[in-house]
Amino acid sequence: MAEFKHKNIIALRDLTKEEIELLLSTAESMREINSRDIKKVPTLRGKTIINLFYESSTRTRTSFEIAGKRLSADTVNITPSSSSATKGETLADTALNLLAMKPDIIVMRHAVSGSHYFLSGKLPNCSIVNAGDGTHEHPSQGLLDMLTMKDRFGRLDGLKVAIIGDITHSRVARSNIQGLTKMGSQVFLAGPPTMVPPGAERLGNVTVCATMKEAVQDADVVMMLRIQQERQGKTLMPNAREYSRYFGLNPENLKLARPDAMVMHPGPINRGVEMSSYVVDGPQSHILKQVENGVAVRMAMLYHVCGGELE
Amino acid sequence: MTDEMTVILDGPGIKRALTRISHEILERNKGLTDVVLVGIRSGGDFLASQIGAALEVIEGDKAPVGAVDITLYRDDVSNQLPHHPVGKTEIPFSLEGKKVVLVDDVLFTGRTIRAAMDALMDHGRPQCIQLAVLIDRGHRELPIRADFVGRNVPTSLKENVQVIFDDRNQPVRVVLEK
Repeated sequence: MAEFKHKNIIALRDLTKEEIELLLSTAESMREINSRDIKKVPTLRGKTIINLFYESSTRTRTSFEIAGKRLSADTVNITPSSSSATKGETLADTALNLLAMKPDIIVMRHAVSGSHYFLSGKLPNCSIVNAGDGTHEHPSQGLLDMLTMKDRFGRLDGLKVAIIGDITHSRVARSNIQGLTKMGSQVFLAGPPTMVPPGAERLGNVTVCATMKEAVQDADVVMMLRIQQERQGKTLMPNAREYSRYFGLNPENLKLARPDAMVMHPGPINRGVEMSSYVVDGPQSHILKQVENGVAVRMAMLYHVCGGELE
Repeated sequence: MTDEMTVILDGPGIKRALTRISHEILERNKGLTDVVLVGIRSGGDFLASQIGAALEVIEGDKAPVGAVDITLYRDDVSNQLPHHPVGKTEIPFSLEGKKVVLVDDVLFTGRTIRAAMDALMDHGRPQCIQLAVLIDRGHRELPIRADFVGRNVPTSLKENVQVIFDDRNQPVRVVLEK
């Protein structure tokens, strides 16, 4: 089994297959804690974690907070409205001020891609964990998605995974593409041509499909993405109804996938746009399982960065 | 095996020690009522299974067997670079009111046992915890003593004691490395 040597987790692109396997295996062990009456272990006692969220978040921030608390760390949350960024403070100044309070880990979400690499350069003695940066990566979501697939199929190697929707603006898609292709899955992308980045095929074992039907055909996993209204101009799609007609998942086009295919979505869901409610609440949906696995995966990430080396 | 290794116990010797420990567990607890076995990963869990099988042969009754991984309870986890992989804790029964026999392969400083007791307490409140070890090599750093010992082996701090298991997790020998 590989050792985890990173001080920071910023992108799955930076991790090897063995390191991803180690994180997933640790998360599987962490799950046992979440099923106990006393959901707490003393592992990170005395450590301070700052959840620095420059963008709104319910799932990810709560999940990281619960993960830290279950490992006995002290967690502090900074949300967009409570951040001095609203008063014009730069990220570098915020970082240096936070560092003066001696945190051990900063979990950050930021709208600017690559801001975590900038932050890690400013804070060499503190671990940085990426909770989403712009349209770059969302490694914890990628890991929890992989764990949920592994739970269902017992493997990632050889799975056909269809990722449908706004690929260009999706950090979830990027992390999943990086992680899944390293683990041996085949990734098929489909979305409106305005929402699929040129050159996506070059990412590895990735096939860009002309239609959603082609991507979903015989898929083991159908992963739907949220329409990122906040990140795109108004010109990328005519309207939600038309998008839903061509790239929405409903019981009819889900039949094209394998009969035991799992349906995933990183949330929050625009019901009736990316997916019909029949599918969201249907038997093939693993959306709540993804949320459940999020806590275990984030516990694994926090645990391993504490043992990492300065890079 | 190098010249620096001495075999302390061979396969049959380990089996005899575990059989004696099993008899002592039965004697101490007057049977198997409310007795459960929990082995410490990794090594103690394999030995707990062996003791469980021996108890069944002797008493004709089964004691539940579980395994605890203590990685997350170690007192040096914050200082270690890089971290150990975390194993699975599998205790598929309630510990509430049970007589837990904690099983480990080698008893050394006592810190692993302390961590294991913390882990067990987070799973419930046992009636009591008893400790069974195959080898006690001394050098305790905490006030912990085993209830059932396969073999006491006085060692120096420079030496290492290892229980070797085969690929079927059967203990095949105990070696002292100098």
